[in-house]
Amino acid sequence: MAIIEVDSLVKRYGDHTVVGGVSFAVEQGEIFGILGPNGAGKTTTVECIEGLRSPDGGAIRVCGIDPQRDTGELRQLLGAQLQESELPDKLKVSEAMELYSSFYRNPVDWRELIDSLHLTDKIGTQFRRLSGGQKQRLSIALALIGNPRVAVLDELTTGLDPQARRDAWDLIEGIRDRGVTIVLVTHFMEEAERLCDRLAVIDAGKLVALDSPAGLVSAVDDRQRIRFRPSAPIDHAVLATLPEVTNVERAGSQLVVTGTGNLLLAVTTALARHQVIAGDLRVEQTSLDDAFVALTGRSINN
Amino acid sequence: MSTFSRLTLTEIKLFFREPAAVFFALAFPPILLIVLGSIPAFREPDKTLGGARVIELYAPIIVALAVTMFAISSLPQMFATYREKGVLRRMRTTPVKPVMMLGAQLLMCTIMSVVVMLVLLVIGRVAFDVSLPKQPMYLVCYLLVALAMLAIGLLVASLAPSPKAAGAIGSILFFPMLFTAGLWAPRDTMSSVLRRISDFSPLGAGVQSLQDTAAGHWPQLLHVAVMLGWTIVAGGLAARYFRWE
Repeated sequence: MAIIEVDSLVKRYGDHTVVGGVSFAVEQGEIFGILGPNGAGKTTTVECIEGLRSPDGGAIRVCGIDPQRDTGELRQLLGAQLQESELPDKLKVSEAMELYSSFYRNPVDWRELIDSLHLTDKIGTQFRRLSGGQKQRLSIALALIGNPRVAVLDELTTGLDPQARRDAWDLIEGIRDRGVTIVLVTHFMEEAERLCDRLAVIDAGKLVALDSPAGLVSAVDDRQRIRFRPSAPIDHAVLATLPEVTNVERAGSQLVVTGTGNLLLAVTTALARHQVIAGDLRVEQTSLDDAFVALTGRSINN
Repeated sequence: MSTFSRLTLTEIKLFFREPAAVFFALAFPPILLIVLGSIPAFREPDKTLGGARVIELYAPIIVALAVTMFAISSLPQMFATYREKGVLRRMRTTPVKPVMMLGAQLLMCTIMSVVVMLVLLVIGRVAFDVSLPKQPMYLVCYLLVALAMLAIGLLVASLAPSPKAAGAIGSILFFPMLFTAGLWAPRDTMSSVLRRISDFSPLGAGVQSLQDTAAGHWPQLLHVAVMLGWTIVAGGLAARYFRWE
């Protein structure tokens, strides 16, 4: 069942169309990624879902609610973590949690929540004294305090060091395991690939692809490449005639075999039959990065 | 505890964590009253003032100063900082509307400045024998000055692009306003032209009506109208130009 439905969403700022007819549906319980370069319209799209901006066209439903018409109800069901929104410098963690608890009808126990985010030893600490990762975790806690059905996390891991980023990913999976549907806005490929069940790729205000990370990759290019150094000379035809193989090339002492499907198994089986051992074996696959370049015509970082 | 009272309580706690703001808003006005009251000549009846004592003229001026500290210095800074840091933006994603945060800050400023006003009245009475206000209308006039000044503070908060700008605009307004209130030369010593100008300023009208009601008279209609006028104009413009983000 779709928990969020976005149908032909349009948003303009003056003459500039930031979102030009984007449609997608987010299923209950999934981690749904919105991936795209800076300025692609990702944040504007989620801000329309969050009811912070009113669309110029199209329709949005979150748990069946129109975010513009029933904003009060939406706020109870949807928790949001925004880019660049801080707390007062001298507000303590415990005070922030108590304050935000009082905003909601059925808040969760904030002490448990803080504990699950490993912030228990920081509850007496003022916001300004928290590290970047701790601020982000507090921000997640505030997005979840109202016991929402949907959490929208916008560029959650931007500015975090690699370890803090990996910790955040574990957290997000933990949140999903509590039954919360997650919409994750990101421009990190690794993050999208690791976390998301499905991805909407947005570029210049348009939806260019919508699939699982693996699906996106295979739609673009499902060729795989195997490199190895054969332990004995082998006739290329032995490999070239395999149905999975499309091409065999020699590169110095190495053979490069290109193909599709279960290429690795087919090649290693054929080699074993001829008592050839594949040394320095490497399998190269198209990455989500490559898929993104193929879909949008440019790398995500520029 | 309800959301609004928790918000107000949180704002009060945060206020007390800023030592400079606490000093200027809470401690400075009483200290100024004590310093002025320590000058022996200010405690003696002055013939040029028709037998009034200077300290009696200063009591309402310092009450007005205390309101101004909150309305023109604290409020715009706090609000512009919350806007710049995205505190209000985050609040927009919750069931609570940011206007409640604004209400909490206004209530906090009002509560604190009323406390300072009461402290000033007590110090004046106990230390310098300045009699307590004789007219209950004093309270009404006090609230009218507070309203006018808070409306002007909100207008500054609405127009200032950053907390720094809010601080700068606040300081620029602060001194002329207190001049019209009579901080450097009480209204009774002003030339008639200056006093006329002061009549139409929010603090000049405020101080005079506080002085009148403290002495047991009714406030002048002109001054009440001036305070209401500033509240309506500044409040209306603030509402017109208000930005949450």
